[in-house]
Amino acid sequence: MSDTARTPETLPFGRRVRRFMADRPLIPLIILLIGLVVVLEILRPGIVNERWVANTIKFAIPLAILAGCQTMTMLTGGIDLSVGVIATMSAFIMATQVGTHDPAIAILISLVPAALIGLANGIGVGIFRVHPLIMTLGMSLIGTGVLQVYQRTVIATGSSIPDILAWLGTGRTYGVPNALALFVPLALLIIFILRRTGFGRLLYAVGDNEKATRIAGVHYWKVIVALYVLSGLLAGVAGLLYVGLIKAPSLSLAVPLLLPSVAAAVIGGTSIFGGRGGYTGTIIGALILTVLATLLTILQMPEGSRRILFGLIILAVTAAYIRITEDS
Amino acid sequence: MTSDLLLEATGIAKNYGAVAALRNASLSLRPGEVHALMGANGAGKSTLVKILTGAIRHDAGTILIRGQARDVNSPADARRAGLVSVYQEPALIPDLDVAANLRLTGTPVPPFRKWVEELGIPDLDMRETVRNIPLAVLRVLDLARALAIEPDVLLLDEMTAALPANLAERVIDVIKRQRETGRSVIFISHRLLEISALCDRATVLRDGETVGVVDMAPGADEKIVELMLGAPAEKARAIVRKADAAPAEGAPAAAPRLRVSGLRVGTKLEDVSFDLRDGEVLGVVALEGQGQDELFEALAGMRRASGGTIAVDGREVRFRHPADAIAEGLALVPGNRTDGLLMQRSVKENIALPFSAPVKAWGPIDRKMERKEVDGAIARLQIDTRAQSEVQRLSGGNQQKVTIARWIATGARTILCFDPTRGIDIRTKREIYQLLRDLAGQGHSVLLYTSELEEVQLVCDRAVVIFSGRVVDILPAEIADEPALMRAAYGLARADAGATPGAETVVGAPS
Repeated sequence: MSDTARTPETLPFGRRVRRFMADRPLIPLIILLIGLVVVLEILRPGIVNERWVANTIKFAIPLAILAGCQTMTMLTGGIDLSVGVIATMSAFIMATQVGTHDPAIAILISLVPAALIGLANGIGVGIFRVHPLIMTLGMSLIGTGVLQVYQRTVIATGSSIPDILAWLGTGRTYGVPNALALFVPLALLIIFILRRTGFGRLLYAVGDNEKATRIAGVHYWKVIVALYVLSGLLAGVAGLLYVGLIKAPSLSLAVPLLLPSVAAAVIGGTSIFGGRGGYTGTIIGALILTVLATLLTILQMPEGSRRILFGLIILAVTAAYIRITEDS
Repeated sequence: MTSDLLLEATGIAKNYGAVAALRNASLSLRPGEVHALMGANGAGKSTLVKILTGAIRHDAGTILIRGQARDVNSPADARRAGLVSVYQEPALIPDLDVAANLRLTGTPVPPFRKWVEELGIPDLDMRETVRNIPLAVLRVLDLARALAIEPDVLLLDEMTAALPANLAERVIDVIKRQRETGRSVIFISHRLLEISALCDRATVLRDGETVGVVDMAPGADEKIVELMLGAPAEKARAIVRKADAAPAEGAPAAAPRLRVSGLRVGTKLEDVSFDLRDGEVLGVVALEGQGQDELFEALAGMRRASGGTIAVDGREVRFRHPADAIAEGLALVPGNRTDGLLMQRSVKENIALPFSAPVKAWGPIDRKMERKEVDGAIARLQIDTRAQSEVQRLSGGNQQKVTIARWIATGARTILCFDPTRGIDIRTKREIYQLLRDLAGQGHSVLLYTSELEEVQLVCDRAVVIFSGRVVDILPAEIADEPALMRAAYGLARADAGATPGAETVVGAPS
């Protein structure tokens, strides 16, 4: 508490910076991303080249798509913890079906369970009002079980990755990862949905004040069911892309991406309490996490300490980011 | 300058971003004084109270308590210094029961119970979950909790705004007794009558500055209004009733816009029947908890009726969701502004919210159309949009306008306003009265519940009085003065006019 009168023009430098950041929350994220890349280059000179950039982008994209699921569900005050299992499921089903079906058909088949799990999530959260955390966690357990049963039925089938997915997942054209051909339109679509469509508006609105949306005539369950189906489908697509990158379908393929997907959305400035956030920040969040993972790998630490450090950095970044951008 | 002042604040300033909530506010409080803090909405009253009680920090200025500069950095500090406040919104935790809330704040229970009883609630169940307690009772509990600590200075922000007349009287009695024991009260209210009956002095804020301190004496209220408005006061009555030169005379044969017959909802609303005509403002008058909440919720589709019928334009309708009511043109402006608004979203998104509600409108937004509708509604309601990026930065009056603007932009034909002027300054109140009349003039119908009885004659064509879940009287505005309404609201029958409960009373054009 000070006794000097302050007008907005004479704010101290720190507060002005803060206000600037609060108005443009992407800037601190971009600064952090660049900072991490610089640190990496200092620690291992020459590592940052065209090939490294392309690789980083390739690995960041499936994460960014899964984080898109988190962003959209978190805007409504929810979360989707089933995305890891959904992605794994789609990848595994596609890889085992491609032997007996055309790749396009196999891909379509593989997205059906993704949509169904999303539908179940949506019905549970939107109609029966199960907390999204419990609902999606429960569905991911069910999904894991179903996948194990499914695995027995196709045990003799063997698996393969269609060329198109391998091309998308790992290929580069003139040095540019092919995955961008899928991701750029997808990201633009998500951003468009969030900013310029009635559905996107409702996601923010429901997360801000559900009662107000009800008074305004919004059917909560319709929004939520559509949202979780969309989230399931996106997770399925992410799984297909990821298996094209990893090339080894397994029963736990994309599960390790689950927590980073939540972290990417949170680092990207989406509030888990709903109503605030956007997809652009999430994409940068996914890039930050990917670069961070590389950084920790080249430090040649044991796995345990690497994980501890990874967790600590995510917590620190999130806390700092909220302090910087939240209007005091 | 040590003096006998209990509290002295000078040159208080507070900025929220680029918006200055307070520029140069001052306030001095003598011991044993009831001091009114007055000002239009957004003048900075609530901000000043929050600064005095340490809930927020000020950017500049000094606060002296008993002549000594004191850093009040938290409500706990303020409490130690003898300052306790009751804010505009209830400050009890909804999921706990009353007893647990008291333990949480370390409030001694026996004095609390004593005060609750004195304030007119004899049978409070301490184990009732706060969520289930009506707003008016919560306000009283908040007050009792503050009184139980025996503060030297009690700050009451819009204490009586949500209270029915009987509870408001008790509150005022208690405040008077505080004064007799040498304690002081800072009292914020928009009810001038209350202020002039109760207060000793009034500090008037305008645009974050103290523009005058008025000794309460006959004629002082005119002066306060002048100071608040920054211009000589006009008579509200004249403004509004002028617009009401010709009340709508719906063709007698035509079905009314809304016909409610024998409506029963929950346990409170038992049997309510009335007609709402095209172009009519129909007042609903009731003491707290007589079923008016249930009536509005049923009409807005927020909850289902358990008996009786609702007919729109002669067709019987059933609402399972507010969307059904909106489709029939019935839209709710809820009593609690925070229930209706997306606080973190922009004015534009708040007004445009109903556009996106139907699934067929989930696609790309027609931004040109939206801009046009939203700008039209903003201009029509004269919403101050300086802080339009987030509705939570607007003043209460402007927030209320946003909830009304939404339905004007949507073109709802019947607007259900539940106490829309609660806690709003006089100037904005008048704008809202005028707006409701204008809407009626254009053929909209308005159902208006009001806790301020004088509003009935200012705005309404007729008034329905509800007592313990039943219609006890329907009066034309000309005879619905405060005593008549009060008598009816307490369930006392009108001596003249043989109005039986639920019966129509013919409204004549004022001559």
